[in-house]
Formats: sequence, structure tokens, C-alpha cells
Amino acid sequence: MTRSEETVVSLENVGVEFSNASLFQTLRGDREVVKAVDDVSLDIRENEVIVLVGESGCGKTTFGKTAVGLQRPTSGSVKYRGQDIWDAKDGNGDVTIPFPEIRKSLQIIHQDPGSSLNPNRTILNSLSVPLKEQYPQIGTEEREERIYKLLEYVGMKPASSYASRYPHQLSGGEQQRIALGRALLMNPDLILADEAVSALDVSLRIEMMDLMHDLQREFNTSYLNISHDLANAYYFAEKVGGRIGIMYLGKLVEIGPAEEIIRNPRHPYTRVLRWATPVMDPDSITEESDEPPIRQIDIPDPKNPPSGCRFHTRCPEARETCVNRVPQLTQTGETIESGVACFRRDERDEYWQSDEIA
Amino acid sequence: MTIRKTQRPTARKNQHELLLEVRNASVSFDMDRGTSKVLDDVSIDIYRDEIIGVVGESGSGKSMFASALLDAVVEPGVLSGEVIYHPPDGEPYNIRKLSDRDLKRFRWEEISMVFQGAMDSFNPTMTIGEHFEETLYAHDYELEAGMEHGRTLLKDLYLDPDRVLESYPHQLSGGMAQRALIALSLLLKPNVLVMDEPTAALDLLMQRSITSLLSKLHEEYDITIVFITHDLPLVADLADRLAVMYAFQFVEVGPCHDVLKDAAHPYTRALLKAVPNLAAALDEMQPIEGDSPDPVDVPIGCSYHSRCPLANEQCVETQPAFRNVSDRHRAACHHWSEAREVLPYTLSNETPEVMFDDAK
Repeated sequence: MTRSEETVVSLENVGVEFSNASLFQTLRGDREVVKAVDDVSLDIRENEVIVLVGESGCGKTTFGKTAVGLQRPTSGSVKYRGQDIWDAKDGNGDVTIPFPEIRKSLQIIHQDPGSSLNPNRTILNSLSVPLKEQYPQIGTEEREERIYKLLEYVGMKPASSYASRYPHQLSGGEQQRIALGRALLMNPDLILADEAVSALDVSLRIEMMDLMHDLQREFNTSYLNISHDLANAYYFAEKVGGRIGIMYLGKLVEIGPAEEIIRNPRHPYTRVLRWATPVMDPDSITEESDEPPIRQIDIPDPKNPPSGCRFHTRCPEARETCVNRVPQLTQTGETIESGVACFRRDERDEYWQSDEIA
Repeated sequence: MTIRKTQRPTARKNQHELLLEVRNASVSFDMDRGTSKVLDDVSIDIYRDEIIGVVGESGSGKSMFASALLDAVVEPGVLSGEVIYHPPDGEPYNIRKLSDRDLKRFRWEEISMVFQGAMDSFNPTMTIGEHFEETLYAHDYELEAGMEHGRTLLKDLYLDPDRVLESYPHQLSGGMAQRALIALSLLLKPNVLVMDEPTAALDLLMQRSITSLLSKLHEEYDITIVFITHDLPLVADLADRLAVMYAFQFVEVGPCHDVLKDAAHPYTRALLKAVPNLAAALDEMQPIEGDSPDPVDVPIGCSYHSRCPLANEQCVETQPAFRNVSDRHRAACHHWSEAREVLPYTLSNETPEVMFDDAK
């Protein structure tokens, strides 16, 4: 399958801030603001697979939700096929693609499939809702027909038997298949899968990811996956020639083709994640690999992120200059497909003259 | 930095000395549709100073095994069989025959347990420090010396004792709470630490940091660790031995290296192929077809036969006993010797040399 160059969703300098301030606190001026996402740009193209990897609290879920129009950014823009999503929603300017169509084209699969399905509804019932909403003209029979066909697509046969069950009568893997099916029902352009496989048993993950790949070919969708596990991310992205993006405290610190990220990680943080991914082959386990290549195990408080490069407090390579200057994501390859935000990239950077702090 | 190819330094002096013997342990629950056997006649030996990884899918009975080790199966589950503990000094005894008082002392002081989800293990209305004090008090330990040891343990786990002891559980991150729980479990200097998915729900980086801290604690305090998880790669470079569970029984037990490199049971081989792994080729990875059996209705013969490509009549009819693959490596399969040929797998297609060269 060749990937088209057409961009589905384009995020430009996106920032998302949350504040817990009450009116009183705002007036007194002690608003606590968390910058969950800080100045991140990313283009997601047709049929593309991108996996975002990072620790909890790094902003990957917030960023993902911004990409599918579920979270309004506080700065920057999110465009679906050239149309600003929030302008469409607010009716600002010339709206070329109406918001309901955008909403339909961008779908999500939640981390916990069990709680994303209504326990009081049969699968058929749950899946009928979005169809009724989006295609009020089609009749009951055709609707059921479509649902059964879809259930078969996601490997749930006999479809009519599964359709009549309630969520608690399904295993975790089956629930996740339903969630995937529900997202595909709208024939979307992009699906955000938030830790869609990490809740499954290790032995079921490959099967789920293979299914997602098969359906991608069938439905021509792009995936934006979120994962904390580099091994899963690698399998999911590399198998279909996708990219992996690494996030740290609200920043995209490295992005590139999956193979490149795994075999030749450039950002010190990517290397830390690489270290954290267990090696299965006992012959390649080394003594050195026991010691974490970070200076601090715990992630800093996102409410009060470190100055300069946000990773400098844990980075084994940090120097004085990292405390004050913020590295920008710069292109590493021929195309804009890859980039890294670290001063070590540039041989002439003042980093190399700066004093080590690690 | 260069990477040296070294074997894990495993052979410690005590590693063949028995510590726990589990004999014919079963756990059953009575249900409307029949008796559900969630641990089925399990026997295994655990040796002093080893780290044994118990691996199995969800619902394979591994948590029941953990509870059985402490005679802590919750009602209405019924445990049968024996768990014999060999204390460092003194005669071995069956913990199932202990009085309530002795059992209470046995737990925490001889064996302690860490569950998954530290947040649920702590009392949300008490500070971490109060948990430590309460534990010392309940077991009549001297408070000052005990707290001193607690602080050392917290420091060993890269936590700031002053800050953590004053905090309530919700004031700590998931990774910090889990580490504080590990420190608490080691407070009374137990000989054995049983950990049931101690790192589930944490980030990979935190998981790895915890396992590397555990191997340090293991060296420093001579603790035997039973590490129970569904995540095979996580224990792969921590454990000395691996015990693989399938359908409420152990199907393969052996040195970690041998089980990973050349597993004897077809299930273990399939599992190793099914796990996403950075070093292996992508098309090597294959899911395991089919489902695990229902605990109410486990097949008479080999419980894996319906999913096993090697299965024949014998597997349908007779349950395989453990066979010796090598001196310390055993597998419960009629056809273990053929598995290698019929079900090949490779864990690594490359040497991971490139990863720590300087950035460019």
C-alpha cells in the first residue's frame, strides 16, 4: 500500500493549558496552570500510522484528543483537510467542511473498552446509536446488516450472537474489538487509539494490532496511537511503515520512522525509553543495562516543569546551557518526517562548550 | 560505551537450598454451574535466594498461586494441599497448620506480599509513615530501629524518606506509591517477597526502574522473590528461574535462560512468539490461536491440546506429567522433544550494538 501525501489532520504549534483556578484565585493572581501540550506541530497523512510514546503525564493523550478535535487547543491550530476544526465548530469565517462531518471523520478508541460501552445496552444497541445519529435515513434492517458485517470484519463470528450480548458477557479482547468496530462504523479518516492494546494480555496484543492493520487496509484510515510501551509501538508502526513520536512533559522531543527511532535513537530520552524496554534474549542482557541511564527516576511535576530543555533534570548528557535554552525540534532526515529536539544534534552548538552538570 | 556479553551472575551459594515447598495445592470455588478449580494440583519448589518469575495470562491461576503461598486465599475459595516453609534456622513446618497468631507473625516477618495497585493497598486516611509505624507496632517491633530501617529502604528505592513518610498516599505518584509499598513490605526483614503484578499500571520506564531496584534489594538483603506477572519480557532479565502457568497449572519450570532460549512446552514457545519484542523480526511474531479453557470445564487430557499443533490422541486422553528436559528444567508435555523442530522461534535477529553510541 502506498501512502498518499494528502494530509488528513495538521496540527500547528498546538498548546493546551489546563488551570484549576477558581474565580477567587484568578483575581488574586495565583492561578495554577499546567501546560499539558506546549508548541507541538504534526502532520498526519492519509493511511499513515503514528504512535506517540511517553510516560504518564507527558501530554500524549491530551495531544491525541486535540488531534481528533475532542480537546480545544489554547494556542495554535488544528486543521482537518485544510479546514480549521474549531473555526468550523464556532462558524468562524468560510467553513468548507461542516463540523459534523469532521466529527464523523475523526474517531477514538478508549483505553478501557469495558467502561466505554454502556453496560445496560446490547452490542447491537450500542452500535446502532451512531448509525441512527449519522444516517437517519437508513432502515432498521439495513442498519443491522451493516453492524453484522462490521462485527465479522473485527473477527466476531457469528455476528448475530455477539450482537445480542451485553458488554459483561465479552472478554477484554472482545470488548476492544467492539470498540474498534464502533470507531470504524463511521468510516473515519483518522482513529485515535489511546493505549488500545496495553490493557490486553501480552499474548493478545499482536492479534489485536494485526487486526487493526487489516482494517486499515480495508477502510483506508490513519491511526494515531498512544502507548507507553516502545515494543508495542514498534510493532504497530514498523509493520506498516509508520512513525513513532516521543513526548516528554508536553513537548515532542523526537519523531521519525519506527525503525530509525528504535535502532538509532538520537534524543537521550528516547534512549532511556529504549533501555526501559525489556530485552527478551538472555544473551543480550548486559551488566550495564541494570543501571537506569537517567539521573532521577521520577518525572518532574508538570505544574512546574524545569526550565530550558525540560529533560535536563534527568538527562545523563545535560550541560549548563540546557538549563536556560529550549531546544527546537529540528529536521534530521531528508524529509520532514523525522526530527529531534536536542542541542547535541548540532556540532557547532554552544552546548559542546558548556559545563557538564550530569 | 561498549556492551559486554555477559551472563547474569546467578550462581549464589544458597540457590539449591529449599525454602518453600508447595505440594498438591488446589483452590476451588463453588459456582452455580459447577466447581471452578482455579488452581489445580500444583506442586513446586522455591529455593533460597532466588528470583522466580511466575508467568501466565490473566485467568491462568497465578494470583491464586500467590495467595496460596501465604495461605491467604479469600473466601469462598477453598485451598487444599500443603505449603511447607523451611526457616533459615529450625525445622520446616506446614504453614497451613499454623495457628492464627502464628500465621499473622509468619506473614510480614517471614513472607510478605506486594499487590498491584499500591493506591488500593494503602489506607487513604493515613500517612505512609503511619503505615510503617502501625506495622511495627502490630508485630511488637521496636519503633525507632524499625523506622530507621524503613528510611534506609526508602532511600534504597530512590525516595526521600522525610517527604514520603509525611505524605498521604494520594500525594504520591503511582510509581512512588508502589515503591513505598515495596519498602513497607520489607520493613520486618522478611525472607520471601511475593509480588503479584507489582508494576502493572505503571509506565514502562517506572516498571524497569523498579525491577532494577528489586535486583539490588535482592542482593543486598538476601531476599527470595516470587515475581508474578503476565508480562514475560519484564521478568526475562530479572528472574533466575521461570515458571510458566497455563490453565491453573504449571506447564514449564526451568532456569530463565534455558526457558527463554529453548522452551520445551509448546505453549511457552507460542507465548514467546506472541510477545512484541524489539529485537526479533516483525513477521516472527504470531498470536496464539484459540482460547484458554474455562475453569469449570478443563479438558481431561492436556489443557493446551485444543490450541497445540503437536496434539494427538494421547494429549486428548491423558494429562501429561512433568518430564525432565535437563537437570533443572521440566515441562509437562508428551511431545516436548518434538516442539523444538515443529515450533521454531528466534528472540533476536541482531546484536543491539548501535544503541548507545554517541548521538549524531
